[in-house]
Amino acid sequence: MLKNRIIPCLDVKNGRVVKGINFVELKDAGDPVEQAKIYSDGGADEICFLDITASNENRETILDIVRKTAKECFVPLTVGGGVRNIQNITDLLLAGADKVSINTAVVKDINFVKEASKKFGSQCIVVAIDAKKISDKKWNVFTHGGRNKTEIDAVEFAKNVEKNGAGEILLTSMDKDGTKSGYDVDLLKSITECTNIPVIASGGVGTLDHLYDGIVKGGASAVLAASIFHYGEFKIKEAKEYLNSKNVSVRL
Amino acid sequence: MNVTIVDYQSGNISSVINSFTEVAKGKVNLEVTSDIKKIKSSDKIVLPGQGSFKSCVDSLNKINGLVDTLKDFAIINKKPLLGICVGLQMFADIGYEEAETKGLSWIPGKVSKIDNQNGKFKLPHIGWNEIEIQKESKIFKDIKNKSHMYFVHSYEFIPEDKSVISATTDYSSKIVCSIERDNLFGTQFHPEKSDKIGLKIIENFIKLK
Repeated sequence: MLKNRIIPCLDVKNGRVVKGINFVELKDAGDPVEQAKIYSDGGADEICFLDITASNENRETILDIVRKTAKECFVPLTVGGGVRNIQNITDLLLAGADKVSINTAVVKDINFVKEASKKFGSQCIVVAIDAKKISDKKWNVFTHGGRNKTEIDAVEFAKNVEKNGAGEILLTSMDKDGTKSGYDVDLLKSITECTNIPVIASGGVGTLDHLYDGIVKGGASAVLAASIFHYGEFKIKEAKEYLNSKNVSVRL
Repeated sequence: MNVTIVDYQSGNISSVINSFTEVAKGKVNLEVTSDIKKIKSSDKIVLPGQGSFKSCVDSLNKINGLVDTLKDFAIINKKPLLGICVGLQMFADIGYEEAETKGLSWIPGKVSKIDNQNGKFKLPHIGWNEIEIQKESKIFKDIKNKSHMYFVHSYEFIPEDKSVISATTDYSSKIVCSIERDNLFGTQFHPEKSDKIGLKIIENFIKLK
């Protein structure tokens, strides 16, 4: 039976992890490579890096991190943030990323996902959708890390990226992100019910029950979380044991 | 001992290189190449494959003499070869991804899209799934039945002769996820991404006598 995945996400800015600071066992709290290794040794099913470096000139920094991490972590590695063209994807994959997450560039031009999945295969193309609720059961797509609003309906957009070759959807609720009040389960459900590719839930996890809700109520294939793992509130293993105790199948 | 990873410009093989490099450290000499001479003189071959069946077969065919060299190595001389993901799928006679495409015809069978039972099962089949070992396999030495391996695929290899199947996994039906015939090995899952247990499979392959 296919297991539900737990994916810790590391936000990286100018080569340093910006959220994770509370690992007692860390020598260098800001080192993304060291943190990724701890997650991978702790049973993470995948590792996700989100490069939130503002400037474009710093692409080499994230590539170097990916290169070093890929030599030490032997679980899948997804990298996103600032991916604008085919060359960016090529560079990340050559550095050792297994999947690349794309966002703004796809909203601008849906053909980008088509081109990317044709060139590299759907298996490594993740489309990140940042969605915000605008009325009951209606969400719009946002870009540039949630700063810019578009008029695109999130559910329609999800169907469209699937049609154009996306292998997975990484769905973040802008309303819930950072609130620790749980995923937007309605949003998740609306999208998992109308697509046939795996959806990764993101944004809002504060307790282990939220992970359960994302999978069981929202229909997500994987759950992504940042702060509950970074600040040491829970270990990956605890999250998995909890889900397992509630009959959610995970890789133990 | 020389182990060669065939680099035929198809998809992302960085993870395969990283994992084999980790396991090979100080044990064997690892080459990543499409050079026919080097492939011929190596002791073991790894044939990775990402992207579609058609794109992988097309890329193999683009390199002059590569298909014949691989066939001499694995089928005529029966030297160890491990195909990973589409690398395994290409052993078949025919594949249906993108367009109907002829495979290497090393193991009779076809590669078809996984039946998702009208959307009940999401595709691609992405993530960790348990393998059910069907027969003793040299690359499964010290690997427990129901170990978790990492999968990413939408198509499955259906061999005619079921005796080549060394493991299956459960996703909509029993999907063939590992085969072994003589010294020909293939895994649908990615040992290079399957954590320590995956590295163990790579080690088993590297250590084959």
